[in-house]
Amino acid sequence: MSTAAPIAAPPYKLVRHDEAEAGLLEVSMGPHHPSTHGVFRMDVKLDGETVVRLKPVFGYLHRNHEKLAEGMSYLSSMPFTDRLDYFNSMANNWAYALAAEKLVDVPVPERAQYLRVIMAELTRLVNHTSLVGFFLNDLGALGTPLLYAFRERERILDLFEQASGARMMCNYFRFGGLRCDVPAGWLDRTRALVGGFPKFLDEFEKLLCENEIILARTQHVGVLSGAQAINAGITGPMLRASGVNYDLRKVDAYGIYDRFSFRVPLGAAGDCYDRFMIRMLEMRESLKILEQALRDIPEGPVMGNAPRVFKPAAAEVYGRVESPKGELGFYLIADGTTKPYRYRVRPPSLINLTVLEDLCVGHSIADAVVILGSIDIVLGEVDR
Amino acid sequence: MKLLGSGIFKGMAVTLENFVRSYFDRDRKHHLFTKEYAWKSDAPADQLPARADTTVTTRSRNFPMLLHDGKGSEDPMASIRCVACQICERECPPQCIFIEKEYDANGKFVKRPVIFDIDISVCMSCQICVEVCPFDAIVMNSEFELSNNDRFNGLLVRRDALLKSNDYYHRIHPEEAQERDDRMAREKAEKEAKQAAADAAKKKAAELAAEKAAELAAAKPKVDPAAPTATPQ
Ligand code: SF4
Ligand code: SF4
Repeated sequence: MSTAAPIAAPPYKLVRHDEAEAGLLEVSMGPHHPSTHGVFRMDVKLDGETVVRLKPVFGYLHRNHEKLAEGMSYLSSMPFTDRLDYFNSMANNWAYALAAEKLVDVPVPERAQYLRVIMAELTRLVNHTSLVGFFLNDLGALGTPLLYAFRERERILDLFEQASGARMMCNYFRFGGLRCDVPAGWLDRTRALVGGFPKFLDEFEKLLCENEIILARTQHVGVLSGAQAINAGITGPMLRASGVNYDLRKVDAYGIYDRFSFRVPLGAAGDCYDRFMIRMLEMRESLKILEQALRDIPEGPVMGNAPRVFKPAAAEVYGRVESPKGELGFYLIADGTTKPYRYRVRPPSLINLTVLEDLCVGHSIADAVVILGSIDIVLGEVDR
Repeated sequence: MKLLGSGIFKGMAVTLENFVRSYFDRDRKHHLFTKEYAWKSDAPADQLPARADTTVTTRSRNFPMLLHDGKGSEDPMASIRCVACQICERECPPQCIFIEKEYDANGKFVKRPVIFDIDISVCMSCQICVEVCPFDAIVMNSEFELSNNDRFNGLLVRRDALLKSNDYYHRIHPEEAQERDDRMAREKAEKEAKQAAADAAKKKAAELAAEKAAELAAAKPKVDPAAPTATPQ
């Protein structure tokens, strides 16, 4: 037997990183956990069943969206914006078009403005129906509410396909308007859908909103105070559930949102139940906007005189919209060529996710799943 | 005080109502929410969707195809619209088009692609190629049954498989095809009118110049045009 010299002790002191937290159980939830809505990991430290620490780990779905966009023409990035948050391709399109339209001054025709609002609000319905379905699924109401919600979503996706040719990756907005007009009869079909939608909402509320199990699982769970939400840069329904009145459709009134009368629902407690209900209420407000837009929409062209080659002069712009998940912004730096010098996305999901630990600590691991569901993330947008 | 559990029963009543209604509601009985794509691989190629309950509309897009203007059994390459300008290749966001230009025996570019491949596994059906093509040569097909057993060659669609006639395009996307044809005809007419105008202007200018020359010649009849400018040998 060889007698190897004993390994000399290193000149520094080795500390096990969890030494200070002995007795805690470390659980890695994800990246393929059904409750994480995609490839997302939560490193959770548990004391019994209670969450003591939580570290969100993301990046599994990173697709280099921003750098890719810097290497291709402005128009070519448009289909990639569909894939940011694949539930709301129309809202993403709009944010990007809004930013690019600030670079070159192309007026958007009236009909296109109305169609943009209609599409964006339909997208909000798609997003919120899916969200409440998935959220209740996370709560353990398996299947039924999700499928009821998807039934309605299906009808809207059919409308999207009739208009743009694709159900989810619509790629419908262009700088200065829309790619094409909606087909004949589309507006009437949309009116019929909007007319029938409140019935679904009533049914859905009756189905679950008074359910004692849901109340017990969601009320006072994951409370986010208004001040904390503002400090963390939270936007969208999550911010409004904490009682902060901030909706870009009112604040910026981009597009033609100043022409519609609608209210901004606000929560009081900032818990999961408020975040769930605020989406139900927002859908009703979206229906109001849709009704007005479908009533007032004029005839006319849907595309302005956009230049055939999109080559803006050097400038810096930021365009943002109230996407169903929050403030979605595109920050573009043009350098006078056909490609952006810098292309940056401000994804609402990512920033809303940053408070996850604060919301979860002190609750049980089962509640962490519910809290994550109530934040409404899509990993395509978080990781880009 | 509300009875504990009444909310749950209310919800269950909704479920029960939905369950019962699904047998009587016409809309739900005959109109499933999940629909199948129209084209099955056993259906004859180049055929319109026969099923009524399909989601495939006249705008649905899935994968590009190259247009030619030939009829029936004519050689599609004789009337292919693509001139191999490679704009679509450059603009395609995921870079899934590969084009090689065709040269004749003398090495002259004949404005046709000899290779035009699109990779199905990369294409994301975004239609950017259609929009940037200045020659209306590439449009979207709405065939959805593209699955294949051959992992490598089967997913690379070659030029000849991409070639489809304009008639086929008219069958699957009638409005869009009509619009495109109308616009092409209009642009062609405009171009011809412009050409004709330019020709006329040229002719007129030539006539004017000839007239002027004649006038000049008439004004100086005694000058021998050859004599003063004759260069010594
Ligand atoms: S399809 Fe159109 S853009 Fe592409 S190479 Fe042919 S002519 Fe050019
Ligand atoms: S549809 Fe889009 S991804 Fe497919 S070949 Fe055309 S440009 Fe490329």
